[in-house]
Amino acid sequence: MALRRFDLEAGGDTFAFKPETEEKIAFWRGKYPAEKQRSAVIPMLWLAQKDNNGWLSEPAMREVADRLEMPYIRVYEVATFYTMFRLQPVGKYHVQLCGTTPCQLRGAEKLKEVCRKEIGDIMYVTDDGRLSWEEVECLGACVNAPMVQINDDYYEDLTPESLSQILGKLKNGVEVAPGPQIDRVNSAPEGGATTLTEPSLFDGSRNAITTLPNLPSAEPEAAAEPAPAEKPKTTLIGGGAEKKAETGERPPMVTIDPAAHDDLKRIKGIGPKNEDALNELGIYTFKQIAAWTAENVDWVEDFMSFPGRIEREDWIGQAKTLAEGGETEFSKRVDAGDVPSSQEDED
Amino acid sequence: MSDLFKINIDGKEIEVPKSYTLMQACEAAGAEIPRFCYHERLSVAGNCRMCLVEWEGAPKPIASCAQNVGDMRPNRDGSAPNIRTKGPYVEKARNGVMEFLLINHPLDCPICDQGGECDLQDQAVAYGRSDSRYEENKRAVEDKNMGPLVKTIMTRCIQCTRCVRFVAEVAGVEEIGMISRGESAEITTYLEKSLTSELSGNVIDLCPVGALTSKPYAFNARPWELRKTSSIDVMDAMGASIRVDAKGDGVMRIMPEVNEDINEEWLSDKSRFVWDGLARQRLDKPYVRVDGRLKPASWGEAFEAVKAALSKPADKIGVVAGDLIEAEQAKAALDLFRALGVQSTDCRPAGAQYGTDGVREHYILNPTLAGVEEADALLLVGVNPRVEAAVWNARIRKTWLWADLKVALIGEAANLTYDYAHLGTGADALADAATADFLKGAKRPMIVLGEGALCREDGAAVLAAAIKLANETGAIADGWAGFGVLHNAAGRVGALETGFVPGEGGKATAEILGGGMETVVLLGVDEMDLSGLGGATVIYVGSHGDAGASRADIILPSAAYTEMSATFVNTEGRVQVTSRAVQPKGEAREGWAIFRALSDVMGKTLPYDTVDAVREALRENDLFTGIGYAPGAAGAEALKAVPEASGSLSSAPFKPVIGDFYLTNPIARASKTMAECSALATALDTPVAAE
Repeated sequence: MALRRFDLEAGGDTFAFKPETEEKIAFWRGKYPAEKQRSAVIPMLWLAQKDNNGWLSEPAMREVADRLEMPYIRVYEVATFYTMFRLQPVGKYHVQLCGTTPCQLRGAEKLKEVCRKEIGDIMYVTDDGRLSWEEVECLGACVNAPMVQINDDYYEDLTPESLSQILGKLKNGVEVAPGPQIDRVNSAPEGGATTLTEPSLFDGSRNAITTLPNLPSAEPEAAAEPAPAEKPKTTLIGGGAEKKAETGERPPMVTIDPAAHDDLKRIKGIGPKNEDALNELGIYTFKQIAAWTAENVDWVEDFMSFPGRIEREDWIGQAKTLAEGGETEFSKRVDAGDVPSSQEDED
Repeated sequence: MSDLFKINIDGKEIEVPKSYTLMQACEAAGAEIPRFCYHERLSVAGNCRMCLVEWEGAPKPIASCAQNVGDMRPNRDGSAPNIRTKGPYVEKARNGVMEFLLINHPLDCPICDQGGECDLQDQAVAYGRSDSRYEENKRAVEDKNMGPLVKTIMTRCIQCTRCVRFVAEVAGVEEIGMISRGESAEITTYLEKSLTSELSGNVIDLCPVGALTSKPYAFNARPWELRKTSSIDVMDAMGASIRVDAKGDGVMRIMPEVNEDINEEWLSDKSRFVWDGLARQRLDKPYVRVDGRLKPASWGEAFEAVKAALSKPADKIGVVAGDLIEAEQAKAALDLFRALGVQSTDCRPAGAQYGTDGVREHYILNPTLAGVEEADALLLVGVNPRVEAAVWNARIRKTWLWADLKVALIGEAANLTYDYAHLGTGADALADAATADFLKGAKRPMIVLGEGALCREDGAAVLAAAIKLANETGAIADGWAGFGVLHNAAGRVGALETGFVPGEGGKATAEILGGGMETVVLLGVDEMDLSGLGGATVIYVGSHGDAGASRADIILPSAAYTEMSATFVNTEGRVQVTSRAVQPKGEAREGWAIFRALSDVMGKTLPYDTVDAVREALRENDLFTGIGYAPGAAGAEALKAVPEASGSLSSAPFKPVIGDFYLTNPIARASKTMAECSALATALDTPVAAE
């Protein structure tokens, strides 16, 4: 780490927080009691740096010290201790290039050469004021090594070519999407998942075990009402495989005029997603649900991967009341617009 | 649960309070623990690791300065824990620490001013390796500007942070800090501004290596060539214990000595760096003004001129003693002039309203300087301890910081390095002080007046009101005399003790200097307004060519405080004696000897021939018998009587007594170092005033 000193010349004589920052300052200072306000020094310096084009000038540091009633030297100690506070001007896009072992093994040295070629020496600001770079220690994205941080965003899985391209775009004012620069979602494997690809993991078929093997068998209730399994998130693994329910009997489908469709969301437990799923099954009205047999319930629960829920939430009972033109507590609230999940997407 | 803890140190079992650190326990057991960062008057940092000891059973060596004895546990069998401060384990640990400390420390001892009195040097001999295994480049650090007193060679710094802790905790101005981190960590002031503390010189003593050294003393001498003389400081009325280091006939430097009652181990910058003033502007032979010009003369010629000047009527002769007068000179001068029938003698500044009522407790600091540590409320009236007694101010701050002392001030608001309630600027604020918040629940209040409160028309009323307040608030009790006066001149109390005040029908300072006298004798008077003397013949007795000497018609050169063994009484009433470190300059003589010789010429021979005989005469007053003794709480009885108040308290603000901390006396004004400090302080003040 090189000597870090204030660039007194570039810092000028004055600094003022932007008016919109005041709210954030109040937020951070509000976290600490009146006599411990100096605890807010790091967030305050950080805000000052943001308001000062990404670097901390000497007047900015003094402003923070004055506000927190701290001696300048105490704030100076903090500002020089943390390398995240930059004491000399940086470009509009400041590249923090990770040079720690994992990134270095994955080619950070080559990225440095790119920076040197495209920008210049460390902490040199290009003539147009757009770019500057420095080497930093591990930024905690080793799985996507090598990587850089540009202002607040990570750009990962870089090659000299892709970094050079990013820098070129930023130089010309073109925004670049952050994240991995190769075919990869977040930090998942390249080209898609390599593990946990078995569809049965996600279709609920593995939920058949209703008792734990070592539980005493004299627990009829545990057997009758198994804990509902959470539906796993399947954003990465395509859930497109056709679901097949294996127990019970599929409820009969109808095709009716859309105008005659009931708002199934008035049943407690049915949100927009479940309503869509039921509609796909050809179920549109309360009457249909009210007429479900136990087999139908089994089938639907199996299909929708939430065993026991229909009975627990008494969909059939609710549907009967609603079908007869009655109201339930929940439907009243839905009608009054008090249930946001019955209006927008629920998950 | 017992507050004591048994601990076995080097096979010797001792019992120590649980509040002790392991290092204190080891020292109580007689073991010597090396250290760099630890300092008993500063907070514990624990970062040098030199004080490692072995705790049997502990996985690692223990930094003894940061290990509290109360946190230790006995051995499994219940016996006291075994600590070893010697042996191969400890030696290896310290050897390793030493090697790391020396990795980046330059090998420039031959050109380093710390050489010969360097902790690192000494401990490297005791614990270090004989050679270095380090083959990389050493790190170099840029030197920092810290002002005209502290010279920095930062490559030598071992980051013990003693200086950082000192200025933050003791001096109370957070100006030094450690910036950056790891290998690039550096000690610096903010953007290399000068230190503004009047105690900044103490960081030189605190620095265990040669990183912070004395700038004025740079390359002047080696410690082993210096004659070291314990003495007493006279730059303020505290009478701090000092050590005067001299080479040949020059004072090379002044250092503090430990005196828990007065200065702990600190010294103000003025006391420490004034020594170059002892070699400049000196009066080394008598002068007599002939045809408007001062001409060198022999003692005989000068005495003849003095004799002529003193042949005037006694009521037309006035004698004024200055700030630095020693008791012997005051005694001899007073004896002589009283013998000549002169009653107009005074040792107090113009307008002073104290010292003449015959009650000693009314003009000394009864609660004592150290007593502030026992006080729980302090009222400062017309006094700014930061400039009038800088080291005592640090003690007030210490008590405020660690013991919850509440301070209030009546007088000009100033940055005292601690918070205080500002009750007002004029004497009338005293009337309401009894009900002020800072006194609520106070059991041992302390009320301190300064000369600023006593040298004005309502001075007597202020004194009476303050003593009344002290009695009302419980400041005067058995074992606690919470009223006192903080003086700013070293010679004042001593001269008052000799009775150097106007005699029967005599005039006081303001009248003597205000004109109408035919002959005026000035004993080192340089701070007072001499413009009203008119055509009077002025005889000046003093050590430096300053305001008094330039007005004088006859100059009798006397010795300065480092050149004689002289008695000073500090503001607490503590009698102390200086020692002669060097010879007086040229033909200068000790003050008492001048008046003894003059008494012969005047035909009124004084009855003492040696300084011991003068002291014998001084001791006729019991006050001078106990050297080093301060009466303290013994004064409570005398303070129970409230003096008669004459006149009312005025609302006029108390004026600061000291304009420029660095230039309060002729020695300081002759010092180049003090002039630099003063110029810097004035320059610093300007933008503040403009705000």
